[in-house]
Amino acid sequence: MTAADFSILLPEVLLALFSMTVLLLGVYGGQDRLASLVNTLCVAALLLAALLIGMGEGAARSAFGEMFLDDAFARFAKVVLLLAAAAVLLMSRPYMERRGLLRFEYPVLVVLAVVGMMVMVSAGDLMVLYMGLELQSLALYVVASLRRDSLRSTEAGLKYFVLGALSSGLLLFGASLIYGFSGTTLFSGILSAAGEERLPPGLLIGLVLMMSGLAFKVSAVPFHMWTPDVYEGSPSAVTAFFATAPKVAAMALLARLLFEAFGAAGADWSQVLALLSVASMFVGALAAIGQRDIKRLMAYSSIAHMGFALMGLAAGSALGVQAMLVYMAIYVTMNIGTFAFILSMERDGRAVSDISSLHMLSRGAPLKALAMLVLLFSLAGVPPLVGFFGKFYVLKAALEAGLGWLALAGVIASVIGAFYYLRLVYFMYFGQEGEGLDRAMAPAQRALLLGAAAAMLLGVINLFGVDGAAATAALALVE
Amino acid sequence: MATVLILAPLVGAIIAGFGWRIIGERAAQWVSTGLLFLSAVLSWIIFLTLDPAGGAEQIRLLRWVESGTLVTDWSIRMDRLTSIMLIVVTTVSSLVHLYSFGYMADDDHFGEGYRYRARFFAYLSFFTFAMLTLVTADNLLQMFFGWEGVGVASYLLIGFYFRKPSANAAAIKAFVVNRVGDFGFALGIFGLFWMVDSIRLDDIFAAAPRLAETELHFLWREWNAANLLAFLLFIGAMGKSAQLFLHTWLPDAMEGPTPVSALIHAATMVTAGVFLVVRMSPLFEYAPEAKMIVAYIGAATAFFAATVGLVQNDIKRVIAYSTCSQLGYMFVAAGVGAYPVAMFHLLTHAFFKAMLFLGAGSVIHAMHHEQDMRAYGGLRRKIPLTFWAMLIGTLAITGVGIPLTTIGFAGFQSKDAIIESAYASGIGFAFWPLVIAAAFTSFYSWRLMFMTFWGAPRGDAHAHEHAHESPPSMLAPLGVLALGAVFAGMLWYGPFFGSHEKVNAFFGIEAHAAAGEGAGSVEAGESGHAAGEGAGSVEAGESGHAAGGIAPRGAIFMGPENDILDAAHEVPKWVKLSPFVAMLIGLFTAWLFYIRRPDLPGRLAGNQRPLYLFLLNKWYFDEIYDALILRPTLRLGRFLWRFGDGRIIDGALNGIAMGIVPLLTRGYARLQSGYLFHYAFAMVIGVAVLIAWLMLSGGAG
Amino acid sequence: MSVADFAFYVFALSVLAGGLMTVVSKNPVHSVLWLILAFLSSAGLFVLLGAEFVAMLLVIVYVGAVAVLFLFVVMMLDVDFEELKSGMVQYMPVGLLIGVILLVQLGMAVGVWRFSDAAPGLRAAVTPDPAEVHNTAALGRLIYDDYILLFQLAGLILLVAMIGAIVLTLRHRPDVKRQDVVAQMHRDPASALELKDVKPGQGL
Repeated sequence: MTAADFSILLPEVLLALFSMTVLLLGVYGGQDRLASLVNTLCVAALLLAALLIGMGEGAARSAFGEMFLDDAFARFAKVVLLLAAAAVLLMSRPYMERRGLLRFEYPVLVVLAVVGMMVMVSAGDLMVLYMGLELQSLALYVVASLRRDSLRSTEAGLKYFVLGALSSGLLLFGASLIYGFSGTTLFSGILSAAGEERLPPGLLIGLVLMMSGLAFKVSAVPFHMWTPDVYEGSPSAVTAFFATAPKVAAMALLARLLFEAFGAAGADWSQVLALLSVASMFVGALAAIGQRDIKRLMAYSSIAHMGFALMGLAAGSALGVQAMLVYMAIYVTMNIGTFAFILSMERDGRAVSDISSLHMLSRGAPLKALAMLVLLFSLAGVPPLVGFFGKFYVLKAALEAGLGWLALAGVIASVIGAFYYLRLVYFMYFGQEGEGLDRAMAPAQRALLLGAAAAMLLGVINLFGVDGAAATAALALVE
Repeated sequence: MATVLILAPLVGAIIAGFGWRIIGERAAQWVSTGLLFLSAVLSWIIFLTLDPAGGAEQIRLLRWVESGTLVTDWSIRMDRLTSIMLIVVTTVSSLVHLYSFGYMADDDHFGEGYRYRARFFAYLSFFTFAMLTLVTADNLLQMFFGWEGVGVASYLLIGFYFRKPSANAAAIKAFVVNRVGDFGFALGIFGLFWMVDSIRLDDIFAAAPRLAETELHFLWREWNAANLLAFLLFIGAMGKSAQLFLHTWLPDAMEGPTPVSALIHAATMVTAGVFLVVRMSPLFEYAPEAKMIVAYIGAATAFFAATVGLVQNDIKRVIAYSTCSQLGYMFVAAGVGAYPVAMFHLLTHAFFKAMLFLGAGSVIHAMHHEQDMRAYGGLRRKIPLTFWAMLIGTLAITGVGIPLTTIGFAGFQSKDAIIESAYASGIGFAFWPLVIAAAFTSFYSWRLMFMTFWGAPRGDAHAHEHAHESPPSMLAPLGVLALGAVFAGMLWYGPFFGSHEKVNAFFGIEAHAAAGEGAGSVEAGESGHAAGEGAGSVEAGESGHAAGGIAPRGAIFMGPENDILDAAHEVPKWVKLSPFVAMLIGLFTAWLFYIRRPDLPGRLAGNQRPLYLFLLNKWYFDEIYDALILRPTLRLGRFLWRFGDGRIIDGALNGIAMGIVPLLTRGYARLQSGYLFHYAFAMVIGVAVLIAWLMLSGGAG
Repeated sequence: MSVADFAFYVFALSVLAGGLMTVVSKNPVHSVLWLILAFLSSAGLFVLLGAEFVAMLLVIVYVGAVAVLFLFVVMMLDVDFEELKSGMVQYMPVGLLIGVILLVQLGMAVGVWRFSDAAPGLRAAVTPDPAEVHNTAALGRLIYDDYILLFQLAGLILLVAMIGAIVLTLRHRPDVKRQDVVAQMHRDPASALELKDVKPGQGL
């Protein structure tokens, strides 16, 4: 019985075993000599896992008495986050190597964090949810402060850790309230215990507390305050990781929790999500305007984007979940491309992240500037780039769910938000003469930057079929 | 074959437009011209070998647009109508290409060393391609694509002398006025798609009878769907074919090079409107009111343009108004239901009008780009070949022929056929203006001839001394077109306006005349006096189809009650004679005014000053539009810009963007203090607010 | 009131008091000691519930290891909590307000608290009847059978924690002086000492 259960979470098991193996490899290789190899192996393993899951067909399965669910929704989220993690590892190697940060533990920790995320998106039980969340978070706390001798990096790690602990506390408190009411931690059990009638206030408070804990992970306002500081302080490669895979996992987990455990209370949590969404969109858009550091700017950008993704979720329909998934896939692609560029930002061999260093990039590196132009336009949601379709999907879902005011707020926020993206474009093309950036760029980063930009253009045709897969995934979640 | 035919001009355009730097300007000209001649040859093969009995042949090229229930292929609809348009377009176009070798050889509109020829040929070829997609369209979207394509090409070619401000203005005017028409056309397409759920011609034709019984709500009231949609389509046709109210762009379009005027603004593009109406004949047949409007507008245009043509002095403007007027004739024919006759006139008109334009171009070329006829005179001997060509053209357009027979120049048969149809339709307003317009046509055509080729040389003596005959490349097309202008009418009288059987066979309309009456009517038809085939015998086959919801098979559909062709053959003799008499009156008056008593026109203009000015200023249409539409629009635009945009929108946006947003940003930056406990505090506040929100919004019950 | 009830109230009150004092006491060492009291009291509560094994674990692991570790850390780091708390005064009013609001909200929830109808049954279904199975065995069965997944995941989390600790602290740091015992032992006065003749009144 146990063997059969574990076979359902084969990819997770294999990845965990793999991480331990390469950990040993790294340890016996001594002093980071094999760090580069470990990194490459981890990329390969993540890609293989993505392939294994992506190829996997078939109906929804569950293991350990519905504690672990394997359905189309989980598979979609897993493939996205695995690919994102692989891309981040791929492009972070040159960056980490140049700064002497490439410890073999880094890829191993990333793989373990990914295992945690995979558990999160498959969670069918509050305890499994928490285990996955902590596995992910703990690994992230560590990589955030990876640059140990930098005050900002350690500060980032510490802030993230303390606030993360607070959010975990909220989550656990909420979970215990829910357990107290329903007598079970299984999502399916909670759903049937809640029944069709109105949720009692205790359960609602539990729900809000859990949502708050998860909102912290997706950095939705007002649980977002850590994001800019952590993004700025962490090594850029780690920031890139923060901005991509964990967001997908947390968003998927939120969707999973809301639909599987509280599907009956859609009207209630939809309001909470709408509030989070509208606050995130506006704070993200407004606060980004004043930023001088591109990493901080991307932090606010991701806050605003999470607002949009939450809008899809707030719709509470299959279409909304589909929109959210499509949005997240697009968001991850855009961020990988943008961070590939940010990782390559150097002047005289030293990493810079000030946006004034972008001045007249188009002259020094026209191709890079063009790719960034496409990505920034896409981030701003300018049609006909793919980023626009992401926004269009969620707005449509919100409208169809009768959340017209939310959609309107989204449009306004995206107009405000377009300003700072366009300002970057302005710097790149019409800025003043500045010192400029080094031209060198690692092949992996260049490939990812150009690939992401190309995807923003070519995806217009049919979004590479992502929306179809997302629709299947959404239907698996929302019957 | 059809595919090659259509794509050859496109290939030519691409090679000439983009490749001329590589292959050279000369080669680019040759390639595009050669490809066009290939198209022309293929079109003639198709035209001659077409078997219309099998209905329209559809050649699918590719799946084009697929969106919801809208499925559109790019495919060629090959039937008689298409094949007629094919030969018209490709023949005139290839001849114009050839002609342009000479005409465009040197042009002082551009600076020294500016190479413009390949660009010109590329535009011409592109225009031809667009026109071919228009005429071969199997659905309205493709037709619209061609429609807009020719619009773009026309814009580019009118504004070809882009250094000339008036040319640019004319190009913009043509484009904008056409937009008005296109808006109607587009509305028509949308409406059809809405009603029929398809824009394929076959589906629309099949649905036409149903549309006629449907009411449609549009702009505050109910309309008959067929009438409304047909009318909307006709608005598009009005724009493209320069019919009254939307005609103002055509005379101005003469700013373009003369070959362009010949190709686009005489022979092909402007006839697209007529083609559209004829193509949509299955719809128009069920829209009697819309047809009535078509006939009225056409007659009004024919009359109006002819009057304006009387007093113009620019040689090209005269011909332009003549074109406008002739298009009016075609619309009358289409409006009264005599679609074959409209096509007939379209065909013959293409030949003689293209020839007139090319002849005028030859004159202009000879006179060093002088276009004012008052500076001409006595050119008969200087440029004899051009003179003969123009003479043939004039004979054709004025409709010279032997009355009551079918012997005569091309315009004779087709124009007379239209006038007879107009009389037969019983619409007096369609008939009389046409007859008067015929007299005017004769007058201004001969006026043109007399002022240009007879009399004493006027104007710049130097130009007259150096007047020279055009090169062979310009004369050869004139010769070919002259053949058409002389014989086209006699050759195709039967198929277009002969007996029922002939017309039906030619257009592939299913024989619906009872077989028994067939023998008798053949003879009758040939002698031009169709003995009455009763309306009853005409409709038999058709009505069955219409009821069954199947698209009619012929290239043209004529409704069960539509016996206009037969009626036209039976009109009284005086009607048949009237255009001829009108022509003679016009000729005589012109002779009197410009040969016999050259002082008369001046005196008449002096006596009738208001009338003269009224005509000279084209009925003040431009001025009226200027006062009614242009100025208010400009004023409104300025108001919106200054006040609306400047104060309110900019002010508000600036207020938000420059005032509130930075304030919020700064305020937010204070919150993002970097202190851990601030962050934690924000989270706790967030939780409290969320719970409160949920409870207050009723979650707690 | 039976003895068990009396014991419950004693333990419960001391848990609450311990928790409160942990937070409010000024001396961090006192805080840790209050924390130990809270742990011990909750161990007592576990005993009352019949979960002796967990109670012993709590005493051994939390009191014996974790709390003592805390105590060491607190004493070694010499954190000035007063300074950390100085900012608190400024925010105290707002903090209190929010705290009160949250408390009211929770109070409203608890005031109308009810269990789901199925809850007691579901709760009982997981654990075997304590009367029949010894609670260590029951716990073993739950951990290693029903909840093996959670157990393994917890193991992974601990692994990550271990890696993290090593990465962040144990890895070689070039700018830190370390004790090299062998080198120390092999030093001799000749290499370690240098004699200088210092002239009076001049210094080095």
